[in-house]
Amino acid sequence: MKESHSADQLPVIEVKNLSVTYRVRGTRQPDKLAVKDLCLSVRSGEVFGFLGPNGAGKTTTMNVLLGFVNATGGDAFLFGTNVREPIARQRIGYLPELTYYYKFLTAEELLRFYAKIFGIPKAETERRMDAVLKLVELEGARKRPIKTYSKGMQQRVGLAQALINDPDLLILDEPTSGLDPIGRMKVREIIQRLKDEGKTVFFSSHELGEVETVCDRVAILHQGELKVEGRVCELAHQHQCNLEQLFLRVIGYNNGSSVVRSESDLKRDQFGPSFQHSTIPSLHSVP
Amino acid sequence: MKNIFAVSSIVIKELYRRKDFYVLFILTVLICLVMASVNIFNDKGVIRYLKEICLLLVWIASLVIAITTTARQIPAERENRTLFPLLAKPLTRTELLLGKFLGCWLASGLTLLCFYVFFGLLAGSREHHWPVVNYLQAGTLHWVMLGVVIAMTLLGSLVFAAPSSNATICFVIATGILIMGRHLNKVALHLPEPRRGILYSIYYAIPHFELFDMRDLIVHNWPPIAWQVCGLATLYALAYAAVFLIAACVVFRRRALN
Repeated sequence: MKESHSADQLPVIEVKNLSVTYRVRGTRQPDKLAVKDLCLSVRSGEVFGFLGPNGAGKTTTMNVLLGFVNATGGDAFLFGTNVREPIARQRIGYLPELTYYYKFLTAEELLRFYAKIFGIPKAETERRMDAVLKLVELEGARKRPIKTYSKGMQQRVGLAQALINDPDLLILDEPTSGLDPIGRMKVREIIQRLKDEGKTVFFSSHELGEVETVCDRVAILHQGELKVEGRVCELAHQHQCNLEQLFLRVIGYNNGSSVVRSESDLKRDQFGPSFQHSTIPSLHSVP
Repeated sequence: MKNIFAVSSIVIKELYRRKDFYVLFILTVLICLVMASVNIFNDKGVIRYLKEICLLLVWIASLVIAITTTARQIPAERENRTLFPLLAKPLTRTELLLGKFLGCWLASGLTLLCFYVFFGLLAGSREHHWPVVNYLQAGTLHWVMLGVVIAMTLLGSLVFAAPSSNATICFVIATGILIMGRHLNKVALHLPEPRRGILYSIYYAIPHFELFDMRDLIVHNWPPIAWQVCGLATLYALAYAAVFLIAACVVFRRRALN
């Protein structure tokens, strides 16, 4: 599937020079630049991992794509339509991080509600509901109120709602966050199945192992800037390390803690930029 | 319109699956039944007092239900993060707000129906007289007034951070207008400028909820009012509700979601 994309395919997600600035209200602090000149493109059928430490700008970028936040600069497009148009969201499914769905509803009622918003006819809604509940393995609990669900089940009902409109693009914000290993495995399996069905999946995660397993391409964001983008295998080959090592390198994390880094910075200041302290691990020696 | 109805259906489901309404309804029923079972001083006119107290309880309960249900809608969507998957669908913020308003208003209408049916049965069983038109007018105008309160509370839920503070403020404003609203112009007459001007401005700016209070009509078995007057009162309420809703939509559209 990875090799089947042609270069001239219209990107499902296209982000051009995106910048987002937040105003820090009530303080004299300057505005916070959450995303800086981000350019990104995700093609149809790809599973794209969007990585970065907390506060890197991943969720902000997703919020722009979903129309929750207006960009201060640049543009973003879904299926060629500007994200400012509500119609751009007709073909997407979105799973936010840690959502507590309406406790007083059952999974069936929740899915019917979302299907109604998409304008899906009743018969089609029932058919899709059966399919997605089977996919997320919640058939047995479909008539139970959501308040009786475990965290993993809630996350899976979230996936079900994201899939009810049979979307061409899925945007998942840390889909395995807070789940136990079995829950994670199940969500990962679902993503894998969606990938096999040819869906485009754009997801952020801190679980680098699972990103490495399911993603075709990744982008690493740090302090609002895109640091690395490419195919997982190519990046691994190019940098001679796994994704976790690359990630740590990109965000400037050294095993010797920040104290060592400060020391080395001082030495650099003292002896000039050519100074290499023996305690600073080289790019290839980061564990 | 389908989106607005879809959102409102969830609000109605929430109301009848939560305990708030049942608690207030059972409490009102119990208080009224206990009072109805006692014949103080063997007075035949005691039914008037019973009706008055019962209607007061209905008014308080309806305000509490309408305000608390509305005040938690948007904050709960934010807190539980259900706002995000909802707005990630082809649903605009205006549709969401209108859906919430419609849902709260219809839910309040359903609770009012239960309260007025109980009141009618209680009063009818004692008086052997069924002024259905009076009840209909009183219930309708009561419901229309709740529309303004709900729209105001919805706006408050976008302005105030905590649902509890919003609910308290809205409850104080609504009861304040009900009790004091009609007297503000008389108080203003005796004040020097600029306080007189300020009070008159408030008098003309606030929605006069007392216009919708038909309790005396029922308590004293007065004849029904003209339907044209009901129609005008409804238009008056709709205008105020529209103003509050437009303000709420403007605030919600400007507000960052995260």
